[in-house]
Amino acid sequence: MKFDTPATDNPIDQLKIIGKPTDRVDGPLKTSGTAPYAYERHDVVPNQAYGYVVGSAIAKGQIASMDLKEAKAAPGVLAVVTAASAGMLGKGDFNTAKLLGGPEIQHYHQAVALVVAESFEQARSAAALVRVQYTRSKGNFDLAKSLDGAIKPPASFGAEADSRFGDFDAAFASAPVKLDARYTTPDHSHAMMEPHASIASWDGDKLTLWTSNQMIAWSVGDVAKTLGIPKEKVRLVSPYIGGGFGGKLFVRSDAILAALGAKAAGRPVKVALQRPLIINNTTHRPATIQRIRLGATTDGKLTAIGHESWSGDLKGGGPETAVGQTRLLYAAPNRMTAMRLAVLDLPEGNAMRAPGEAPGLMALEIAIDEMAEKLGIDPVAFRILNDTQVDPEKPERPFSQRRLNECLTMGAEKFGWKDRSPKPGLTRDGRWLVGTGVAAAFRNNINEKSAARVRLDRNGMVIVETDMTDIGTGSYTIIAQTAAEMLGVPLTQVEVRLGDSLFPVSAGSGGQWGANSSTAGVYAACMKLRTAIIDKLRFDPADAVFDKGKVRSRGKSIALAKAAASGEIVAEDLMEYGDLGQKFQQSTFGAHFVEAAVDAATGEIRIRRMLAVCAAGRILNPKAARSQVIGAMTMGAGAALMEELAVDKRFGFFVNHDLAGYEVPVHADIPSQEVIFLDEVDPTTSPMKAKGVGELGICGVAAAVANAVYHATGIRVRNYPVTLDKLIDKLPDVA
Amino acid sequence: MSVAAVSVASPSTVVAVPNKAAARPPTARVAFNVNGTAHDLELDTRTTLLDALREHLRLTGTKKGCDHGQCGACTVIVDGRRINSCLSLAVMHDGDMITTIEGLGLPGNLHPMQQAFVVHDGYQCGYCTPGQICSAVAVLDEIKAGIPSHVTADLTGAPTVTRPELRERMSGNICRCGAYSNIVDAIVDVAGGKA
Amino acid sequence: MKSFTFERVDSPAAATMAFTRTPGARFIAGGTNLLDLMKLEIETPGHLIDVSRLGLDKIEPTSDGGVRIGAMVRNTDLAADARIRRDYGLIARALVAGASGQLRNKATTAGNLLQRTRCPYFYDTNQPCNKRKPGSGCAAIAGFSRNHAIVGASDACIATHPSDMAVAMQVLDAAVETVDAAGETRSIGLADLYRAPGNTPQLETVLAPGELITAVTLPKPIGGTHIYHKVRDRASYAFALISVGVVVQRDGSGRVALGGVGYKPWRARSADAELPRGAKAATAVLLADAKATHENAYKLPLVERTLASVLAQAKG
Repeated sequence: MKFDTPATDNPIDQLKIIGKPTDRVDGPLKTSGTAPYAYERHDVVPNQAYGYVVGSAIAKGQIASMDLKEAKAAPGVLAVVTAASAGMLGKGDFNTAKLLGGPEIQHYHQAVALVVAESFEQARSAAALVRVQYTRSKGNFDLAKSLDGAIKPPASFGAEADSRFGDFDAAFASAPVKLDARYTTPDHSHAMMEPHASIASWDGDKLTLWTSNQMIAWSVGDVAKTLGIPKEKVRLVSPYIGGGFGGKLFVRSDAILAALGAKAAGRPVKVALQRPLIINNTTHRPATIQRIRLGATTDGKLTAIGHESWSGDLKGGGPETAVGQTRLLYAAPNRMTAMRLAVLDLPEGNAMRAPGEAPGLMALEIAIDEMAEKLGIDPVAFRILNDTQVDPEKPERPFSQRRLNECLTMGAEKFGWKDRSPKPGLTRDGRWLVGTGVAAAFRNNINEKSAARVRLDRNGMVIVETDMTDIGTGSYTIIAQTAAEMLGVPLTQVEVRLGDSLFPVSAGSGGQWGANSSTAGVYAACMKLRTAIIDKLRFDPADAVFDKGKVRSRGKSIALAKAAASGEIVAEDLMEYGDLGQKFQQSTFGAHFVEAAVDAATGEIRIRRMLAVCAAGRILNPKAARSQVIGAMTMGAGAALMEELAVDKRFGFFVNHDLAGYEVPVHADIPSQEVIFLDEVDPTTSPMKAKGVGELGICGVAAAVANAVYHATGIRVRNYPVTLDKLIDKLPDVA
Repeated sequence: MSVAAVSVASPSTVVAVPNKAAARPPTARVAFNVNGTAHDLELDTRTTLLDALREHLRLTGTKKGCDHGQCGACTVIVDGRRINSCLSLAVMHDGDMITTIEGLGLPGNLHPMQQAFVVHDGYQCGYCTPGQICSAVAVLDEIKAGIPSHVTADLTGAPTVTRPELRERMSGNICRCGAYSNIVDAIVDVAGGKA
Repeated sequence: MKSFTFERVDSPAAATMAFTRTPGARFIAGGTNLLDLMKLEIETPGHLIDVSRLGLDKIEPTSDGGVRIGAMVRNTDLAADARIRRDYGLIARALVAGASGQLRNKATTAGNLLQRTRCPYFYDTNQPCNKRKPGSGCAAIAGFSRNHAIVGASDACIATHPSDMAVAMQVLDAAVETVDAAGETRSIGLADLYRAPGNTPQLETVLAPGELITAVTLPKPIGGTHIYHKVRDRASYAFALISVGVVVQRDGSGRVALGGVGYKPWRARSADAELPRGAKAATAVLLADAKATHENAYKLPLVERTLASVLAQAKG
């Protein structure tokens, strides 16, 4: 099915099941610990051995020599895999560095060996006996010192490194009110709770990997490419994923080393990346240095918007696209954006929840707050004043839906914004300085083609199969809701099977495209199944109604099970997209409001209230969608207040590489959170009329927190995270 | 010498001896009860309670998130108290009563806390969830037992079930999906309070 | 983790004897720090002696009106004990500010005192660290040192001691009771338990090999207002950037110790004497010889401001 004209009425619009706050269908499994994650599949293949990864001790250089004698002789050891023994390995399309290093070392903790043993304890202890001599070479680890050599990167995700519209330089130069400020965001780690893990098993030349991966089809391709085997010989199974946030979009060393280890040991091998290894071994969100220039008239109309961003990555990597949202978020006749990329020898950077927008809005939405203050305009009003309903660079191109102003207005009302003092540093609650902050949220909508197979079995059960993944997003549930709505059956009559490369290729989980795209694929397959059922029953397609487990037509009503009495009816289809995404700018919008308190003596910052108002198309399951947003708000709070991978610029690695060192929010950091979804449908995105919220939810949060801290204290911090050491010298005197 | 583990002197004394002939690492016997079932295991002394549960008893509901006491995913209840099973040797649990998530309830027969997590969507990816639930069950008992927390205002008084108390006490269970406020709603629900 | 043999003992004497019998042995009780370090092979004992069931899990009054806390009393139990909460509130407050509920249920009193630093370079066996590998250098001094020591450090090591409980115990003049392999017992003031890093940061306490802590004793209660303020970025489950523990009497006199600033809880009697004159005066004494890095210089004003805040709270 091709989606190339805006959706009209369709069975989803019945909203009997779609749009209802629905408990997750996988809830009982997850809450009882019986949902099986990759490393736990004792059931799938017998005789599993254990692999333990050895990471490089240096950031850049060569392995001079490796001594494996002791390791191989250690009790229980079955095999030791190194680049020297693994044979020629390729590199996946989505990887920047090799997943098994040697002799060249590209980054710290790059895997250099896998030790396979009978038990985990034996593998771990033998791994410490792998003796590696390195020859270190000089690396570049300091982004701030690399700006001069940074290059203009090639277009990334269709976005050019540079954009210009109007005459920014002249407009900025002549603007009566100006802001020119520099902001930094640090490297972030996904820190999902389930470590990257895989079990590999070979059956002749066929490889099966039970793994934890967001993008099954991409990763089948990259496993095949890395191992130099045909794609058809690779099966990936990933029904449950303990969090990804972009960190499991790609094949990582656990999968490749498990496969190599299983080959070497001649039996199945399972590997989970050790937590202290994950941060440097896998990907992270790259740090940015951003310069934002804003020019406005004295009455608050932006006339010039300029946003430049520098980031770094390994050679062959890409930029953090932090300027993207700035091309679309606010009106102004003169604009420029630019991205520059430095080569750094730190571990490879890549996507993390809302890549681009998350760090971009961390900077832009402080800048907007600063500009509003310069102009003496309330920051909510200032944003509303500079709204645009069209693509500012292509005024003939409208947004499909854009209700940012409504998000801001409604949020301001719910949050009690009107009582806010325009001056910072005035509200005191005991020893706490209290302030509020706002930021706009923006994240583009992306549609990805997505296929599914739907079966109606003899019992009337509807079974959906697609290689879509559920990384906590609620895919199982919204797909079940979609099939139930389309075929007129209760949720209990739908079974959803996900995350297996034997199933039709879906959009996968990334870029907040998963919900709309994967359900649209299921919609397409269900439409085909409806037709097949109608044909089978010789009903009139014009008046056939699927309802309450039956199909009705011209007074006749037949149970679905009966339609499949003579055999299962199966339909498979793919949803693909025309040019509506080009004709319309499809984006999601929101407004974040935060109240924060700062200890006037110590500078400790605690968040007291958080509110998000989101406009993101049809909300397929308000319960799961709300969870996506509160979770993203929590991650945004982390980015605001504590998350920073500390770079050792001498040795070239992230020093705080575990969950004690890299602090992410805990329960005590997060207050009750409120989320409001505007009632919206977007017929240009798909027959589901939905978009996504999982990334929108993090966009702008950190800036809202930073703005609240400013409002509480009068201290503007432009370098994240906003921590007490950046406030301490400017806080009021203590008695 | 082929004895891998012998009981000597008092019944609570276990000595593990390396078995050099087979070049096998030292093992020791341990007997404990998990979810009402008695187990008698001979384990590599290095085996953590977590790995004994996951790899030997195949009770994989207890999760390994960090293996270093930094995340709480491995939380189980031992003799009524929640602990990180990753930082505890299995052989040190001789005679203990251990409750894991599977022992609280299974699909079709969920514990009220498990059910509340479903109703309040107190989870997303599900990986920290068993630890959160085991912790939540134990937290309510800790408050009942009068154990103070960092946010208990009156150190000599009895703590009560409030949201700040629950947030503080649950802080050893990290949820990167950020389901915290829903988790607290679920616990408040089970506690029967309005908190 | 290197393989090890394991035995359980049922008396302190059996524990120390077992140690003497087995070279390379370590005592294990809660295990929350030792196992963490063994997994990374920062600790590599060949034999573990389980001392968790020695009966040293009681909190009892002493003849001089104080209390004796058994070495194996769990952190949770110590914080929940009615006498501790009433008479030694600072200890309860410090305990519940540390770690997590799960860890406090396992961690013991003696283990808490003997836990090792959380310096990330100490924890990464690829990096130089004089404490872990004497003579290899200190990567923290010119590296990531935001959390590191500002007092008592040396050119060889700027690690901090991570305990909160120890800070409170230092304020309250606690001592540890030990027994050694020969059966000799002694009492060591907490102030004397820890060794300055100097050129031998690997040596952290004055305990002899095989010397087992059997109890912590506290002198009789001193009354006053007990406040423990732990400063951290994350609201819970995080080590202190700094912490301040005070006991302040009605007349403004009192005691103060700092956590997160040095290799041991940082206290100076001469600083106590300055407390009536305020935070600035007391801090000037406490931090007289402070030496900060570019990354942890913020701790200097933070100590003074936190102490000022705590003293203001104590006044009520």
